[in-house]
Amino acid sequence: MSALEEGFESVLPAPAARRPGTWSRVVRSPSVIFGATILLLMLAMAVAAPLLGTTDPIAIDPAWRNKHPGTEHPVTLSTGATETIVHWMGTDTLGRDVYSRVVYGSRVSLVVGAAVAVISVAIGLFIGLLAGYIRWLDGIVMRVMDGLMAIPGILLAIAVLSVWGAGLLTVIVAIVVPEVPRVVRLVRSVVLSVREEPYVEAAVSVGTPTPLLLIRHVLPNTIAPLIVQGTYIAASAILIEAILSFLGIGIPPETPTWGNIMAEGRTLFRIFPHNIFFPGLFLALTVLAVNMLGDGMRDTLDPRLGKRL
Amino acid sequence: MLVFIARRLVATIPVLGMVAVLVFLILRLSPTDPAAIIAGDYATTAQVEEIREKLGLKRPIVEQFVVWTGRVLQGDFGESFFFKKRVAELILQRVEPTLALAVSTILLSVLVAVPLGLLAAWRHESWLDRVVMGFSVLGFSVPVFVIGYVLIYVFAIKLGMLPVQGYRSLWSGFGPFAERLVLPSLTLSVIYIALIARITRASVLEVMGEDYIRTAHAKGVAESVVMVRHALRNAAVPIVTVVGIGIALLIGGVVVTESVFNIPGIGRLTVDAVLARDYPTIQAVILLFSVVYVLINLLIDLSYALLDPRIRY
Repeated sequence: MSALEEGFESVLPAPAARRPGTWSRVVRSPSVIFGATILLLMLAMAVAAPLLGTTDPIAIDPAWRNKHPGTEHPVTLSTGATETIVHWMGTDTLGRDVYSRVVYGSRVSLVVGAAVAVISVAIGLFIGLLAGYIRWLDGIVMRVMDGLMAIPGILLAIAVLSVWGAGLLTVIVAIVVPEVPRVVRLVRSVVLSVREEPYVEAAVSVGTPTPLLLIRHVLPNTIAPLIVQGTYIAASAILIEAILSFLGIGIPPETPTWGNIMAEGRTLFRIFPHNIFFPGLFLALTVLAVNMLGDGMRDTLDPRLGKRL
Repeated sequence: MLVFIARRLVATIPVLGMVAVLVFLILRLSPTDPAAIIAGDYATTAQVEEIREKLGLKRPIVEQFVVWTGRVLQGDFGESFFFKKRVAELILQRVEPTLALAVSTILLSVLVAVPLGLLAAWRHESWLDRVVMGFSVLGFSVPVFVIGYVLIYVFAIKLGMLPVQGYRSLWSGFGPFAERLVLPSLTLSVIYIALIARITRASVLEVMGEDYIRTAHAKGVAESVVMVRHALRNAAVPIVTVVGIGIALLIGGVVVTESVFNIPGIGRLTVDAVLARDYPTIQAVILLFSVVYVLINLLIDLSYALLDPRIRY
């Protein structure tokens, strides 16, 4: 830690010091340990994808279509030497290596999960703080949010995609739209319960301007529930992205994503179930890890949250 | 009570109105000309112009919305560009499979999840509780189509017990109808069971600490009677609430499950409509599902007084 930061530490009241050991309790939770470990492994796999014995995940090989897992594939390199590639998870109907596609597919899932969580929380936090604190805005904003929440999430995402077209960016936007109202509600409920607190009244009475009041006194109360909510949003975003890709309306089919690999495996499922089972396993494991992380943090960060499910 | 029902009914109008505005706007917010999208990729300029005229796109947007809403209220969703049929007719043909799937899933889920949640709460922090909770986290994490394919693989392909895919109308006999509904309902109910079991456990646990439970035990009421008549009855409101909220999950699941099992219902229609960029159908389906969702939750709100006599309106 630099001297400058240390200086700030001594001036600012450190909120963490108020409840000693919160974070150490979090990292000791078995759910958090399990979830974080799996998630880090997935992250490592996504980053190191080219180094994990993968071949080009979009390279088509018509001569090696529909191979069962474990098929050996001799390749003649440009140098004249031959090398054997083992298709650990078989190949799909276009002869692409399923293992390589599964490994590269983790990139899309993790990016979508993280991006949707961060963007939804940021937008929801902003709208929720304003709606919760500025009375005249509250009515209008909450009516719009009620309308958005009345449309089942996946359908809303489908509607957005049907207009804006398929692609990574539009998929992220399409999943963010139905998630935002949930964050807004959460933030607003925290703001409404905090605004009557004596320390907020005290801050108002000494003339703290509203933006500063919201940031310094109200916002910190939303952080713990938002971390938990954001984690759940990431899990649901990863699932929804896979569903959208699986239905053929998400990310374009040549991009390796777990949903796309499974969509591709649908036609020959009876003979080659591996095209669905391998990516399905990775997908389920990743979502499970994120959910466990969320459960563990919920129970340790704020036990009261557990009762709200 | 009547006043409450009336007030509650009136309160859903702005929500439904907002849904209509959003569904209407989604198409208008598109970066490209809606007439061009509707006309498709191969339309000529004249065709696009014709559609623009037909849809009244040259009139002010508020006027367009009023006209559109007026038609929708009369059940007129326009004509499907892809299926070449009235959208209302198209949807009516597809209602039966979706309704059958949804009803059987809800029945199955409630019948399995409530006892599971009750057992978990009864033996709180035992292996039984952990198994139920573990299943519940797993149910939230495994995507619905993966569950569907695993079930198809095991029960239809390996064991040959049930048909792989398809749908038969109830009118063609109960046997073939039920046979084809088992796997899709099972698939769809997993996440729903996870949700309901979890909330049943949590709300029963909350009630278990109450004085009347202790009193019931003290006066020698049988354990099973205490759990069902004293604990479960008092925990009913949150459970019923989550069944209603879960309808949103169910609707999302219907879209996927119908695609996996080749069921010609409204969920399948949604996917086909999106792939064909058939906007009148997309709008109608989203509106329909949202209205159903809102109305079911309204009914559930109204049922609270029946479930819990302490609630008075």
